[in-house]
Amino acid sequence: MDMKSGSRLERVLKAGHFAFTGEVGPPRGANVEALKKKISYLKGKVDMANITDNQTAMVRMSSWAAALFCLQEGLEPNYQMVCRDRNRLAMQADILGAYSHGIRNILCLSGDHQMFGDHPHAKGVYDIDSMQLIAMVKKMRDEGKFQGGADIDEPPRMFIGAAANPFAEPFEWRVHRLAKKVKAGADFIQTQCVYNMAKIRQWVKRANDMGLTEKVYILAGITPMKSVGMANYMKNKVPGMDVPDEIIKRLKGVEKKKVAEEGIKIACEQIEEFREMKGIAGVHLMAIEWEHRVPEIAERAGMLPRPEV
Amino acid sequence: MIVAERKPFEEIKAMVAGYKRVLTVGCGTCVAVCLAGGSKEVATLNAELQLALGKDEISLGAATVERQCDMEFLAELDSLAVEYDALISMACGAGIQFLAERFPDKPVLPAVDTSFIGVNLDVGWYEEKCRACGTCVLGMTGGICPVTMCAKSLFNGPCGGTNNGSCEINTDQPCAWYRIYERLSAQGRLEQIMEVSPANDWSNQKPRKIIQPGYQERIKALQG
Ligand code: SF4
Ligand code: SF4
Repeated sequence: MDMKSGSRLERVLKAGHFAFTGEVGPPRGANVEALKKKISYLKGKVDMANITDNQTAMVRMSSWAAALFCLQEGLEPNYQMVCRDRNRLAMQADILGAYSHGIRNILCLSGDHQMFGDHPHAKGVYDIDSMQLIAMVKKMRDEGKFQGGADIDEPPRMFIGAAANPFAEPFEWRVHRLAKKVKAGADFIQTQCVYNMAKIRQWVKRANDMGLTEKVYILAGITPMKSVGMANYMKNKVPGMDVPDEIIKRLKGVEKKKVAEEGIKIACEQIEEFREMKGIAGVHLMAIEWEHRVPEIAERAGMLPRPEV
Repeated sequence: MIVAERKPFEEIKAMVAGYKRVLTVGCGTCVAVCLAGGSKEVATLNAELQLALGKDEISLGAATVERQCDMEFLAELDSLAVEYDALISMACGAGIQFLAERFPDKPVLPAVDTSFIGVNLDVGWYEEKCRACGTCVLGMTGGICPVTMCAKSLFNGPCGGTNNGSCEINTDQPCAWYRIYERLSAQGRLEQIMEVSPANDWSNQKPRKIIQPGYQERIKALQG
């Protein structure tokens, strides 16, 4: 089979398997043991793990360094890169370095604004945006050229990922923005956490109708709710998040001790539906600070064993 | 116009400390319109300094020229400036620098913080509109600047944080890309933003000069 990067994720998707990916947040320090522990929960249970890049604009171990630990521990990383913290020179240099160490997936993101994090006075770089980053990684891979046009001596062959938020307004524009990401060169898409199933059905249908799902693999984002407080926070405080009232009602409807259990149940039902949904190629489980529950969720969602590819 | 804000008094006071004779120079153009550095603000600042430092400590002069960013107008100050130990400028950063260039042996102290290129929303109320990026894309974006009005200066927005018409940074800040979409959609021009907009040429990362066509020869002669 013709491979762009040969990453495990690419092989899983091209073989027609329903992909199951996870997420690991690097430590707020050099605590390698904590990082390795998180990685150990996901190893063998997911096809690959996103390694976040200074998530929510808080300083953490750099995503390429944490991705290398991930690789060494036997879990395929998806190296996240945000446009907030580095310019096109630094980005391309890091991509070359990451690739030469064996990293094969990259997720191109704008990044949360620096004012949200612990260095709100930092200068946001945004030399290029996420769309331009996708195009740059594609140019490096397919044309063997740097963004500036010069030849690359041994181009990095990355499987290129991008994010999509199917819920943000204007809803009409969302599928066109997806189309732009595909045009720019995205091979796979990971969506914002999905809670509003009706809306994502609508979005995926449009993507199907426009022929986009034949060109790009879409992985739906899943984050199990741990508590009613978390659900309310996601609904009211996280920009671009769509949490329908039914979800909150359902969590409130069970005993306090059983809310987390109900959250996992909802997540499993969603995964079940996504498995059957035309245009969805997998799910991306973002179990934030809940990595130890990933094996159990994977098991209950029928995602195990992961395919050998 | 260029919009500026007067610096906090304590900061100005600290800068002038030790100078006996100080000339405060206002500018009659942008900073006068935005109420930061015109002749009125010069008079106010001098009164505050006089009051705070006392007659024995400092002797202040005042002058406001039409434009501090024009050598012709600065020349009017030549005979006056020699009588002072230091100059305070209330012009924008460009004017302050030009004043310092005109009088290279005098300390020139800024009394305003130059903030942005913006518009007048009402008396005393201004909004930033342009970062002088050097490659204007307003034609593509329905007349709304993505560099200035989008908190991430995105060329292919909106980002995932756009929040029902507001920017992710603040519910009071409209999302530039939401507005760009709305305006282009209303004009039936959405195809303008369907293509991927390429990486920008940040020509504002180095000092720039412009010589308008037709003036090349003249400038060459001037430069000898
Ligand atoms: S695109 Fe550039 S030149 Fe045009 S308004 Fe914005 S910052 Fe100014
Ligand atoms: S929410 Fe809108 S204005 Fe704010 S950073 Fe994102 S695209 Fe730009």
